[in-house]
Amino acid sequence: MAEPLLEVRDLKVSFRTEDGTVKAVDGVSLEVAEGETLGIVGESGSGKSVTMMSVMRLINDPNMRVEGEVFYRGHDLMKLTQEQIRAIRGPGIAMIFQDPMTSLNPVYKIGWQISEQIRAHEKISAKAAHARAVELLRAVGIPHAQERVDDYPHQFSGGMRQRVMIAMAVSCNPDLLIADEPTTALDVTIQAQILELIKKLRDDYGTSVVLITHDMGVVADIADRVAVMYAGRIVEQGSLRSVFYDAEHPYTWGLLGSIARLDRPRPPRLTAIKGTPPSLIHLPQGCAFGPRCPYRFDLCTEVPSLENRLGNGHLDACHLDPERKRDLRETAIHPELAGRGQPELTEESR
Amino acid sequence: MLTFIVRRLAWTVLVLFVISVITFFIFFKTPGVDPARALAGRNPNAQTLAEIRAQFGLNRPLPVQYLLMMKQLFVTRSLVSYSNQGLLVVPELAAAAPATLSLVFGAAVIWVVVAIVMGVAAALLRGTWLDPVLMILALIGISAPVFWVGTLANYITQGALHNSFLFRWVPPLGYTPFTQSPSQWFLGLLIPWITLSILYIGLYARVLRGSLLEVQNEDFVRTARAKGLRESRVVVRHTLRNSMITFVSLFGLDFGALVAGGALLTEVVFSIHGIGYLTWQAFQSLDLPTIMATVVFGAFFIVLANALVDVAYAWLDPRVRPT
Repeated sequence: MAEPLLEVRDLKVSFRTEDGTVKAVDGVSLEVAEGETLGIVGESGSGKSVTMMSVMRLINDPNMRVEGEVFYRGHDLMKLTQEQIRAIRGPGIAMIFQDPMTSLNPVYKIGWQISEQIRAHEKISAKAAHARAVELLRAVGIPHAQERVDDYPHQFSGGMRQRVMIAMAVSCNPDLLIADEPTTALDVTIQAQILELIKKLRDDYGTSVVLITHDMGVVADIADRVAVMYAGRIVEQGSLRSVFYDAEHPYTWGLLGSIARLDRPRPPRLTAIKGTPPSLIHLPQGCAFGPRCPYRFDLCTEVPSLENRLGNGHLDACHLDPERKRDLRETAIHPELAGRGQPELTEESR
Repeated sequence: MLTFIVRRLAWTVLVLFVISVITFFIFFKTPGVDPARALAGRNPNAQTLAEIRAQFGLNRPLPVQYLLMMKQLFVTRSLVSYSNQGLLVVPELAAAAPATLSLVFGAAVIWVVVAIVMGVAAALLRGTWLDPVLMILALIGISAPVFWVGTLANYITQGALHNSFLFRWVPPLGYTPFTQSPSQWFLGLLIPWITLSILYIGLYARVLRGSLLEVQNEDFVRTARAKGLRESRVVVRHTLRNSMITFVSLFGLDFGALVAGGALLTEVVFSIHGIGYLTWQAFQSLDLPTIMATVVFGAFFIVLANALVDVAYAWLDPRVRPT
């Protein structure tokens, strides 16, 4: 197997607070191959954003502590100098953030803000950079890009601002694009457009993408592989297909049960995961999902390791017997189908 | 833009009118105030007083007296001081203005530069011991009254240590016009500049630090970092640039107030015969024409400073620009 573009090994991020140490990320390992799209899914506070921001070293908190290694094209990003990591931000790894309303500087024209990034990495005249900004705005679907390049962020709607953010992120042809909940703050109708745009740019430029989201539906739309995070750890990881159809972790079942699907009979009510995520200061003994898990048993007082339990490349961190999981899965995701047997799945219905 | 200027001008006229009316009536309603007595000199007899009242129009109704004074102030510029009848108030004010402007302008340059350096340093050094040290220094600067700092500075540079090599260059107290000798103008104002700026350095450094720390947590600063900009550029072009919006509006108001006579204490301590000094003297002798002139002059500068702040604000923040 070729060397992955990005490889995170045993990343741990903790913050010292007045109440104790918050373990925001607790031993996360993941890989992103060239041209691949990885979806990271989890509830708020599960550590998905912190993981990827630490990869770019974007968290500036004196109370933060980071351990682990992050390899990007053979360099450990954690060991690079400020100047070296700066050179990677933009042309190497670029990032789109959750809230387009606050992610652009309100006092500069958007064209200026895009050119600023281009000129930070390439020797290019201000005029040429400006022309590239116009091209980029056109590419992300801003109407009248030629005129709008000299507008300020407040003159754009949320969806348009996110397009500007995307134009900025791809302005230096990054190898890897990290999209941190890019559609969360947007209207549903705009969400689909933005996802389409990210997909199109990914396919046009062959960029790898890491998409952080809490929305299983978004992941299904775009990802090749999926990592599910819970309380700072990855609890399940596998191909999109295997996570959606052969999920092994009860938490993933919960996530899958909480989305409406068109390929199944409509349930009277979507299932919700009972309880709330644990405090990251006082993690429960053993499996962090244990207290909320309806299937917990004696072994769950030990922390389950993330491993390949079926020999098919699918990783999960659950002590349950794979046989038993197969029996439980359908009823857990779709309680209303209990006793009706496996629904028929056809290729069209996916 | 034109409507903005017209509206501002109308606003200025209104403010000047209201302020002058208030000043005028407060003056005449103050118990024991009798301009005729001040004008007449020692132990005047009743007849002299009556003559003076007639001559200066002091026996006419107050509104008429007010209009008369405004005419003398703005139209004929022949307003005469009550305490010194040879003294025309308007030229006196015009002569005092350069001293005040020199004092305030120089102090402003010092306080803006030093406050920015201190504020940025404190914000960047947050978490180290230097941040609290800088902020305590700023607090001391805010707490030290200007008349005390000025007196102390005079004691050291004019008295105790004047003959040491450190302060031999300090000229005697007073103001030398720039046109007369630029070097004496500069040397003579240096200590007053520093004295006046200390308070504002402390104030502005603290305000700027707070604003920088706030802006530092903004999403767009994170974006700037994610773009791969150099840290110095992130701080100057993104963090500081947005913090300047607060800084500049504060500056305009303080600058206006100081030119308007707010530098009074500094001027008195250093014998700089500026607007503040003139006001101080006028109040001591209850000299209404001079008080009126300085108050109107001051109000004008404050309104002007407000207008300039609005212009600067729109320039700094595109969100408030009229579209």
